[in-house]
Amino acid sequence: MTWLEDRELTAPEPNEESCQYWEATREQQLLIGFCKDTGKKFFYPRAVSPFTLSSNVEWIKANGRGTIYTYSVMQRVPVPFALAYVELDEGPMMLTNIVECESDDIRIGMAVRVVFKPSVNGPPIPMFKPA
Amino acid sequence: MSAHSQGYIIGAFEHPTRKAPDKSNAQLHAECAAGAIADAGLTKDDINGYFCSGDAPGNIVSMADYMNLSLRHIDSTDSGGCSPLIQVSHAAQAVAAGKCDIALVVLSGRPRSEGVATGTTPRLTGSRHPDGQYELPMTLTTANGYAMVAMRHMHEYGTTSEQLAWIKVAASHHAQHNPNAMLQNVVTVDDVLQSPIIASPLHRLDCCVISDGGGAVIVTRKEIATTVKRPLVAIKGAGESVKHQSAGYFDITTSAGAIAGKSAFTEAGIAPADIKYASIYDSFTITVLVQIEDLGFCDKGKGGSFVADGNLISGSGKLPFNTDGGGLCSNHPSNRGGMTKIIEAVRQLRGEAHPAVQVANCDLVLAHGTGFQLGARHGGATLIMERE
Repeated sequence: MTWLEDRELTAPEPNEESCQYWEATREQQLLIGFCKDTGKKFFYPRAVSPFTLSSNVEWIKANGRGTIYTYSVMQRVPVPFALAYVELDEGPMMLTNIVECESDDIRIGMAVRVVFKPSVNGPPIPMFKPA
Repeated sequence: MSAHSQGYIIGAFEHPTRKAPDKSNAQLHAECAAGAIADAGLTKDDINGYFCSGDAPGNIVSMADYMNLSLRHIDSTDSGGCSPLIQVSHAAQAVAAGKCDIALVVLSGRPRSEGVATGTTPRLTGSRHPDGQYELPMTLTTANGYAMVAMRHMHEYGTTSEQLAWIKVAASHHAQHNPNAMLQNVVTVDDVLQSPIIASPLHRLDCCVISDGGGAVIVTRKEIATTVKRPLVAIKGAGESVKHQSAGYFDITTSAGAIAGKSAFTEAGIAPADIKYASIYDSFTITVLVQIEDLGFCDKGKGGSFVADGNLISGSGKLPFNTDGGGLCSNHPSNRGGMTKIIEAVRQLRGEAHPAVQVANCDLVLAHGTGFQLGARHGGATLIMERE
C-alpha cells in the first residue's frame, strides 16, 4: 500500500487561450468547453469548437464530479503518483491525477471529485480524490 | 495500379551501434544514409529525394547541407516513431509521380548517450502544444500513458500481465540470434512478472530498450529498381492516421492502426491472414497487443489470448513478429522504432533475416508503427510489402 503523497507539481504556462481556465482554478473552479452550435461539451476547453471549428463557444463550470476511466500508478520516481483519465459528469474525459488515497484502492469506475493542488509558483491544478 | 505499388525499397541499413557516446547525431544520420545507399549499390549523388523527421539534428535543410545532397523533393513529416513508415509511403507516391527518382529516408538519434529518461519523465514540455496547456502538470510520461491503455484493456477484456509478458518472451527468443541486440538473453513470463513495476500495470520488461543508432532505406520506381542487383521489395499498400482524444470522447484501447491498417489492406487487396511476417511497433508490450487487434490479426479484445503461448515466435507461432528482437530487446534508436520495423521486414522478404528466425517462403509482410503517445494522441502507419 502506498499513500499518494502530495508532490511538487510543475506549473502550467498559461497562454492567451488557456489563461481563463487557470484563472478559474484559483477560484477552485473547473472549466470545460461548451459548443453553442451543437450543444456538446468538450475537454480540453479551447477557443474554437472541436465539433465545428466555429468560435461560438463558452467556457462553463463543471460540477467537479466524475468516475475513473483508467489510471496508472507511476512507481519508479521519488514520489509515486497516479495518472488517470476521469470521465466527468458532463461527459468528456480529462487527463488528471488521483490523489489523497492509497494507490491500491484506486479502481476503474470509482466515483471521484475534484480537488485543487498547489503548483510551484503557478495556479492550482485540478486533480481528483475518491468521492 | 496504385501509386504505392510502383514504389520499391532497394536499400536498407540498420546501424549496428546501440551506444554511440563519441558520435554526433548528424554523424550517425549520415552513416545510416551511407549504409542504405551502399546496400542499394548507389552513390550519394544518385539521391534526389530526402526524407527525415523530428529526430534529425537541426532540420531537413541542415541535414541536406551536412550530407551535401542535391535535391528536388523533400519531406520532413513528423508523427513520432511511425514517421519513417509514413515517409516510405510518401516516397513511393513521390517516385511514382516523378517528383524524384531515388528517395532516401533516414532516422537516427542517441538518447542513450544523452541520458534521456525516456519512459519516466515527460517527453513534451512547455506551452507550445495546445494540450500541454492543460496536461503538463499531470506528468504524462511515456510509460504511464501507455500503461493507462493496458489498465483499461485489462478492465474491459480481461487481458492479463502474463499475456502481455508473452510478447517480451517472443521478442527475446528472436533477440538471442541478433549479435547487435541490447538484450540477448531469453526471458520467461515469470522473469517479466518479477521485474519491478514501472507504471502499473507495466513492468520493467514490458518496456523497450533505450538505444543510440538509427537506420535508412532507399525507395525508387520499378524501372530503376530492376537495374540494381537487389531483390525486388514492392510496396503494395500503405495507410496512415492520427488517433487523439476526440474532444474528450474516445476509446483508449483502440489505436490509429485501426484506420491505417484498413487503408493498407484495402490498397494491397489482401487480408491479415495472408501476412507471413509482421513488424509491429513495440515501445511496450501493450503497444503490440493493441496494434495486432487493430490491424485485424484477431478481434478486438482477443489480443491477450492471441499473443500467449509463443504465438509470435518465428518457427512455432502463427504470426512471427519482430524477428530482430524488436524495440523490446534489440534497438529503439532515438526512441523511435519505425525505421527498424521497416528494415527487418525487408530482411525477411529478401531472405536475409538470421536463419534461426527467417520465415519460410516469406513473400508478403507488414510493418506497422505508432508515434508519440498511445494513451493520449498518436500517429499510426502501416506498410504492406511483397517480394516480386
